[in-house]
Amino acid sequence: MATLRDILRRINSVKSTRQITKAMKMVAAAQLRKAQIQAEQSRPYAEKMSDMLGHLSAASTDKLSHPYFEKRDVKKQTLVLMTSDRGLCGAFNSNMIRRAEKWLSERDPEKTELVCVGRRGHLYFRKRQWTISEVYNDFNAEMKFTMVRGLVDYLTNRFVDGQTDEIYLLYTKFISTAKTIPTLEKYLNIDRPESEEGKAVGAYIFEPTPDAIFSNLLPRYALVRLQSALADSFASEHATRMMAMTLATNNAGEMIDALTLKYNKARQAAITTEILEVVGGAEALKA
Amino acid sequence: MFRLSVVTPERIVYEEDVVSIIAPGDVGYLGIMSNHAPIITSMKPGKLSVKDGSGNEIKIAVSGGFMENSSNTCTILADSAEFADDIDLERARESLERAKQRVRNAAGEIDTPRAKEAYERAKNRLKVAKKK
Repeated sequence: MATLRDILRRINSVKSTRQITKAMKMVAAAQLRKAQIQAEQSRPYAEKMSDMLGHLSAASTDKLSHPYFEKRDVKKQTLVLMTSDRGLCGAFNSNMIRRAEKWLSERDPEKTELVCVGRRGHLYFRKRQWTISEVYNDFNAEMKFTMVRGLVDYLTNRFVDGQTDEIYLLYTKFISTAKTIPTLEKYLNIDRPESEEGKAVGAYIFEPTPDAIFSNLLPRYALVRLQSALADSFASEHATRMMAMTLATNNAGEMIDALTLKYNKARQAAITTEILEVVGGAEALKA
Repeated sequence: MFRLSVVTPERIVYEEDVVSIIAPGDVGYLGIMSNHAPIITSMKPGKLSVKDGSGNEIKIAVSGGFMENSSNTCTILADSAEFADDIDLERARESLERAKQRVRNAAGEIDTPRAKEAYERAKNRLKVAKKK
């Protein structure tokens, strides 16, 4: 019976697919745990640093200047798009790409450029009309410090040299395994936090000088912000992949159940026909 | 008593109410007790000594960063921070050797400042660990 064998073959193929998705789910879960810890534990540092920047800026009355604060007429904008290097992670990349495309289509292609972190975004945008100024696709969803450093240096140099006037980050913020949010944030220039009125910060003592602290603090702030965006993006990627793979595994299971039912029915039908044939044959002999 | 939190990019290292601290400021070590005037300072690699509520002295090796103190909350943002008790002397010595090597190899190259920083950090860790 051809159909019987066909069904069996289907069942076996779905079973091996389920094994693969299950393995991928396990891998994603293990990586998620690591990435989640990294994303969540790096957050307090970034928050405290941004608080400190605010206090510093509010308390020092004299005009502080730093290249990162510089607000220019916007002639060129850069979008840093964080996608994953590998696929099979549900709507993670398509969400990012859709948001990026929307952002880009609202602007003049001549006045924008893209920095792609992750292979998926690059693969999508390289055949389209927008300029890609740099690609980083070897992160593989892991925090590699030298690479982060390289990316920060690239972005800050580009900004300071005046090759771009504003830099935005588009990444997926990690809230929980079930919740990730696409987020667009301005990276450079840094808007100097205005002194909050009513909040008496008092006279701070600065050691050595506010300028010296600023020029020390800002590069670190730039690094930390990018790092925490990356950490969020990586954790989100693993989370969406884990969810996608869980779904795929469940679907495969359902499919196997349905196919097994179909197989059993076909088997029973075959047996019935065979009995009928035997009985029919015997009756024919009797006659 | 005031609140002290020591935070690194990796994690929160220490968060307790403490009596006093002595921190390695950029222009020299400085002591902070309750009701200290608001201050923001950058820090260099050195030893952070903390006197906690029960009178114990805790030593932490920090490798540069920033400190802010205002209204009895003191925040230390350190590039890295390790309790002196947790530092393995043997390994600290080894990493110092490696850092020395790097400084030598990187002489004249763009990486020199970074190699020197790494060397300072390694030296500081060892120093703090030895004094425990």
